[in-house]
Amino acid sequence: MTPSPELGHPGPALIEGRGLRRAFGRLQVLKGIDLSAAAGDALAVVGPNGAGKTTLLRILAGIMRPSGGQVRVLGEPLGRGGSVARRAIGLLSHQSLLYDDLTLTENLTFAARLYGLPRPGEAAAAALEDAGLADRAGDQPRKLSRGLLQRAAIARALIHGPRVLLLDEPFTALDAAAAERLRALLRARLGAGLAMVLVTHDLAEAWGLVTRVAVLLGGRWVADESRSGALETFLPRYHALIGV
Amino acid sequence: MSEALRLALVVAGKDLRAELRSRTALLSALVFSALVLVIFNFARDPTVLAAADLAPSVLWVTFALAATVTMNRAFTVERENGALDGLLLAPIPREAIFLGKLLANLAFVGTVEALTLPLLILFFNVDFGRALPGVVGVTALATLGFVSVGTIFGAMAVRTRFAELLLPVLLLPFMVPPIIAAVQVTSRLLAGRPLSEMGGWLRLLTLYDIVFVTLCTMVFSAVVDE
Repeated sequence: MTPSPELGHPGPALIEGRGLRRAFGRLQVLKGIDLSAAAGDALAVVGPNGAGKTTLLRILAGIMRPSGGQVRVLGEPLGRGGSVARRAIGLLSHQSLLYDDLTLTENLTFAARLYGLPRPGEAAAAALEDAGLADRAGDQPRKLSRGLLQRAAIARALIHGPRVLLLDEPFTALDAAAAERLRALLRARLGAGLAMVLVTHDLAEAWGLVTRVAVLLGGRWVADESRSGALETFLPRYHALIGV
Repeated sequence: MSEALRLALVVAGKDLRAELRSRTALLSALVFSALVLVIFNFARDPTVLAAADLAPSVLWVTFALAATVTMNRAFTVERENGALDGLLLAPIPREAIFLGKLLANLAFVGTVEALTLPLLILFFNVDFGRALPGVVGVTALATLGFVSVGTIFGAMAVRTRFAELLLPVLLLPFMVPPIIAAVQVTSRLLAGRPLSEMGGWLRLLTLYDIVFVTLCTMVFSAVVDE
């Protein structure tokens, strides 16, 4: 099923996947996925384990090569080098992508340098300030609680001002307050014109944030709809689709 | 300075900073080197084999094994918290990542070699004298080649469950040609032989470097991309 363009915000797609396929040996994990997200769109991708959600996200991030199809970001193919498309992507994984032997400042300064920001040290300090971690700037990631680590990971994902944010199970292990803080931050970014694709098992945490929900099953879309009603009205349909 | 080189230095600088903080690889490799030298020193019979005859082989066996221990660290550090994804996500050429990792590995292995050499002189009482610049030169030449191969195999092994075991298994056969050449050159340097006797071995080392640095840089993208 192809996601319906009219469900998204008006305007050009910031990220677009066409005919995405991926096989691991004989196992076809993605079987021709189309998707798009425009500024302000927050697409939740849900489905059971093994549906291909994380594979899809890694392909959208440019970390994994698709067996077929193409990803375009800001209208450009997602290349391997220093393309505009790559600069536009931020990834918030369930892992922090931070080095345990470096301090938060060093980690974020390194990230800022990779993205060619003009004043990496200042960018790192500002990102830590925004994440409420200025007082922990000299700490190593291993010394942080799960919630603080997630805030540091968010700072890393957003340091270069991405136009497209990809999130893989972002609410895992966060307490209620930390999850709400993350939702508030993401809402603000969506309001500022970010496009978001979020892979999650925890729809309850993400429901208030997303504008569309797409269900992935066996490597294909089986549903794609705007988030119009309450979670309680969506869940029975979702459970019926995945056979729970 | 080209953008790719700048980014390679950023990656290498990060690795050096992380290693200086933890000192995991350097300390392990240095302890390992000292242990190997002590064992070889006490295992040899000085009445049968002169220290100067054995020293080149011991030196290069120690360098090779210590380098393997050191290079394991380069990509295992990227496994923590999925950090490798952060590198691959960034808008930088894969070749710059390889070059950065290669530079960092050269710095680590070079440091271990620089600290191992005086230990060998101490244990084996070998007079390097005028041969020292030559030994340093051949060490640099041989190290560049096998560290290139070690860097690519480190990247290959990092996604496997047994990365620490896999690296030596993959790397040691590829280390044989440069180690043999380096031992031959070192022996001749210590014996004060003319440079013409070492030409063939030096050409082999140079060719090995050119082939493997080029090849490893070219295939790195295919190795790290899933």
